[in-house]
Amino acid sequence: MRRGVYLQMMEHPPRYDLATGRGLVACPRCDALHLEEDLSPGETARCIRCGNVLAKPRAGAFAQLIALSFTSMVLLIGAIFFPFLEVSTFGFGNASSLFDVALAFSSGVLLPLVLAVLAMIIGLPILRSFLLLYTLVPLAQERPPYRYAATAFRWAEMLRPWSMAEIFVIGTAVALVKVAGLASVHLGPAFWAFCALIFVNLASRAFMCQTSIWDAIEDAGLATDDRAPTGPPAEAIPAPAPGPRS
Amino acid sequence: MSALPEDRAAPVLTAHRAGLIGCSSCGRVWPVTESHCHRCGAQLVPPDRRGLQAVWAWLIAGMIAYIPANLFPMMRTQTFAGLAGNSEATIVGGIIELMHYGSYDIAIIVFVASLVVPIGKFIAIAWLAIVAGRPATVEQAHTRLKVYEVVEFIGRWSMIDVFVVAILSALVQLGFVASIHPGPAAVCFALSVAFTMLSAQSFDARLIWRGLPLRSRST
Repeated sequence: MRRGVYLQMMEHPPRYDLATGRGLVACPRCDALHLEEDLSPGETARCIRCGNVLAKPRAGAFAQLIALSFTSMVLLIGAIFFPFLEVSTFGFGNASSLFDVALAFSSGVLLPLVLAVLAMIIGLPILRSFLLLYTLVPLAQERPPYRYAATAFRWAEMLRPWSMAEIFVIGTAVALVKVAGLASVHLGPAFWAFCALIFVNLASRAFMCQTSIWDAIEDAGLATDDRAPTGPPAEAIPAPAPGPRS
Repeated sequence: MSALPEDRAAPVLTAHRAGLIGCSSCGRVWPVTESHCHRCGAQLVPPDRRGLQAVWAWLIAGMIAYIPANLFPMMRTQTFAGLAGNSEATIVGGIIELMHYGSYDIAIIVFVASLVVPIGKFIAIAWLAIVAGRPATVEQAHTRLKVYEVVEFIGRWSMIDVFVVAILSALVQLGFVASIHPGPAAVCFALSVAFTMLSAQSFDARLIWRGLPLRSRST
């Protein structure tokens, strides 16, 4: 495949420019330069040096991502209000939804901790789903993206490590074992919503190709690149010597 | 996407060597004079050992927060309004208690998530920050990248213990019979995990890949 690209390079004037970086892609992991080219769905581009996946476009990925983001939003909103766990012992019962938990701590000194926990398990996942929908819905309909779509998508990616719904499920499992000797516990619908969320997140991660989304945002006409992508090839500018090759 | 044709036999041409700067958020390449990526809006940061200051700062903050997280109790259990005794459990105490109950599997999860992983992460990030930018062979660089990816992936999972405390204290509010309250260590532990995650995120993986001296332009 690489040879094909090379031949293509010979037939046409270079589509890249070492002075401005046009038509080039740098691996975010190791900075190796690559030529930018459009992949067909199903192909995967890996960095030649570190093996990092640079692009993995899939047919219909935007529609799938929209569906998954919407699913995750519905599950999360359900998870706020439905009971999460129900515990009872000696006739004392306590059914708690996450909303109740937040209310119970609304005056304590540990309010910051509770707010941080709720943000990580509910707030950020909902925010991420919303940002993805904001970015992807116009792209899937082949309309120009909304304002700040690039910023929205960048934030959605930045917040990814901080949304911890799947870790919360494991934490719940540990808590269940700890409390099992003390009282009997019933799992509520919100718990199963979180379990479903794990699979939704896994699927969403598998379909996600950041490069395709960035390219789609760019191609759909958001003013992000002042270097005209269809402009004349910059063969007039001599490429600088690529430095020492030690 | 393929390597630059004229550079196939030679060592890999990086954006930095070509006098360009690559966006670490979306991969677009820009002249070094640009300060922000015009496509995604992220700040363009040159792969430079100066960026390691942030790594060290967050890492030390994480280590400092980890000390009280182990000394103070994670949670306070009150049974029969204190008549049957109050118990306070630190992280290590909680693990010993779990083993006492015979639930070794859960004890191992908690042990790994709240002792092995944080301490291993401190060591791994410190090692990466020390060796980053130093000359390395390709194999060493691959090892370092693997270590970095493991640290980045596993960092969030230390939050399990915080979630356990949060769930237990929300759930076990049975008035007279039993109640569980979070202790100060829960906050310290959460902060420690968050600081270490920030430390790992501020590490620039591109530094692994080159013996980049401080004055890189002089080469």
